[in-house]
Amino acid sequence: MKKTLTLLILICLNLFFSWNAFSIQRFPKPEFESGYTQPDTLMPSARAEILAYMDVAVLILALSFISWLVLKKRSRKGVFWTSMFSLIYFGFYREGCVCSIGAIQNVSLALFDSSYTLPVTALAFFAIPLIFTLFVGRTFCAGICPFGAMQDLVAFKPMSIGVRLNAILGLLPYLYLALSILYAATGTDFIICRYDPFVGIFRMNASFGMFVFAGGLLISGIFIARPYCRFLCPYGVLLNWFSRYSRRHMTITPAHCIQCRLCEGSCPYDAIEIPVTETKNHDNTKQRLKRLIMMSFIIPLLMVVGGYTGYLLHETLAGVHSKVRLANQVINTEVSPLKAETFEIQAYKSSGKTQAQVLKEAGIVLSKFKKGSIILGGFIGLLFGLLIAGKLLKRHNPDYIPHKGRCFSCARCIDYCPVKAEN
Amino acid sequence: MQDRRKFIHTFVRGGLLTGVTLLGGFLVLRDKDGEFCGLDGHCSKCDKSSTCSLSPAAHFRQSVWQLDPSKCIQCGRCATECVMTLSAVKCTHVYAMCGYCDLCGGYLKPDIKTISTAAENQLCPTNAIRRKYIEEPFFEYEIDEALCIGCGKCVKGCSAFGNGSLQLQVRHDRCVNCNECSIARNCPSEAFSRVPASSPYLLNGIDQDSTKKI
Repeated sequence: MKKTLTLLILICLNLFFSWNAFSIQRFPKPEFESGYTQPDTLMPSARAEILAYMDVAVLILALSFISWLVLKKRSRKGVFWTSMFSLIYFGFYREGCVCSIGAIQNVSLALFDSSYTLPVTALAFFAIPLIFTLFVGRTFCAGICPFGAMQDLVAFKPMSIGVRLNAILGLLPYLYLALSILYAATGTDFIICRYDPFVGIFRMNASFGMFVFAGGLLISGIFIARPYCRFLCPYGVLLNWFSRYSRRHMTITPAHCIQCRLCEGSCPYDAIEIPVTETKNHDNTKQRLKRLIMMSFIIPLLMVVGGYTGYLLHETLAGVHSKVRLANQVINTEVSPLKAETFEIQAYKSSGKTQAQVLKEAGIVLSKFKKGSIILGGFIGLLFGLLIAGKLLKRHNPDYIPHKGRCFSCARCIDYCPVKAEN
Repeated sequence: MQDRRKFIHTFVRGGLLTGVTLLGGFLVLRDKDGEFCGLDGHCSKCDKSSTCSLSPAAHFRQSVWQLDPSKCIQCGRCATECVMTLSAVKCTHVYAMCGYCDLCGGYLKPDIKTISTAAENQLCPTNAIRRKYIEEPFFEYEIDEALCIGCGKCVKGCSAFGNGSLQLQVRHDRCVNCNECSIARNCPSEAFSRVPASSPYLLNGIDQDSTKKI
């Protein structure tokens, strides 16, 4: 028995070494006489796939729970503790990855690059909060997103920054969203992840720039509540759109508004709409028509201007792409060969690619950017137009209600309402 | 007026819901190379893999980052560009390829006067390679991963003068699997790519299935 076993092992070893002999080695494998056994090369495996699905399950459960807390239980305390849980789980335990904000990029890359296989979990993190928002409003922002939870924690002395500044700064997320989609779709970079302010805190190893950015956001977040969510978050743009058409939404009062004005200053995010009973342009049909015609000229004009600006900027925007960068360097070394050789040039020389190949690849990237930048510019123009149009239009609104798009459903205002639920 | 707005809202909501569902469905079950992919990323063409032009990672839903040692030029950026403070990329020793040399190009600096373990002779800046005498004239080299910073100096030496048994690899017990690897973005030789999470290493000279995984 023992003999056969030894024989078997010997045969196995022999097979292994003969297989090994196929790889060319300068120095042949030594034959040890001292009975030395060669250690294995350790290869620790990646995080188990099942855990990724567990994250999705936790996301769904937490979203359902917080939606119930906001809409049915109407409990600010509950929202707060749920946000603490999310901060610990999605923030510190999962180290802020995978997150819904970043998943925008995975989805846009998958949409434009068919060779990229989208992980189902990334898609789930992208789509599930959107679907929830479509039914219950932005409860995801209230306490599931670790970014929101982090900033909600430091909003000690929130101030109102006024309608105008809110509207102007509110355009930044659109620009950020458009840029991140452009860069992800062209396979250049994931800028949301790259300029993610809080991931350094979650991982406890921020680089200096990241630390300054996060610190700045958190310190300004004491006075201007949730600066990232309101003036940067690209996912917030989508949630804003979806929330406007939500089936149900958090209400300030459980029954009817008595116009007591107690909730007026309670929202740290300037998301409560004060009543508008007199609408100037409500009955003046002629004036409204005039405005409509004016806007139908202004919006296309702004889009054309935006698109042209995008066209002018497309080479600058494409300069970040590695292939364009390499092409620029290759051209530069042609012009001034005395400069020190970069690693990129070294790699290019050892890869055996020709200059024409490199330039052709950069050209493909550039043409993608040309198309993308024009669309991006047009989109920004459209947004400016809609912003102006929105300012001209005032809706009749008798009560204090949260703005469905901007409200984070944090449930702070609920505590201020003196009206009790009618049973 | 109220009813009309309500109707529009319901209509838009239905549209958005259908949009998200269609987008999701399209991205998961999309047409790839002329075939529909399943939930696990495989299509019916996967059995005849020779006809498929996609990268291996494209056939799996879950992928991780890895660097291909055959493309690596040991520029040293792995040590500095990783989001982890001690890089997730570390030198990995493929013992099966090692020649157990006394005069090791990965351990010793090229211009030394005597072969000894003295610090001034060592190529590794952090003393992460341990040299152990086995028998005349063979020495075993072991990487202390807690000290390795992934600079690739030893890898350069080993592939220039030796068998190339020292190779840089993303160690998955340290890698946080960022959405977009920041080393990959800065890698000059495009050595980084997504690989299937089920076979996450790209070591040369090693049979992935026969080696022990922890």
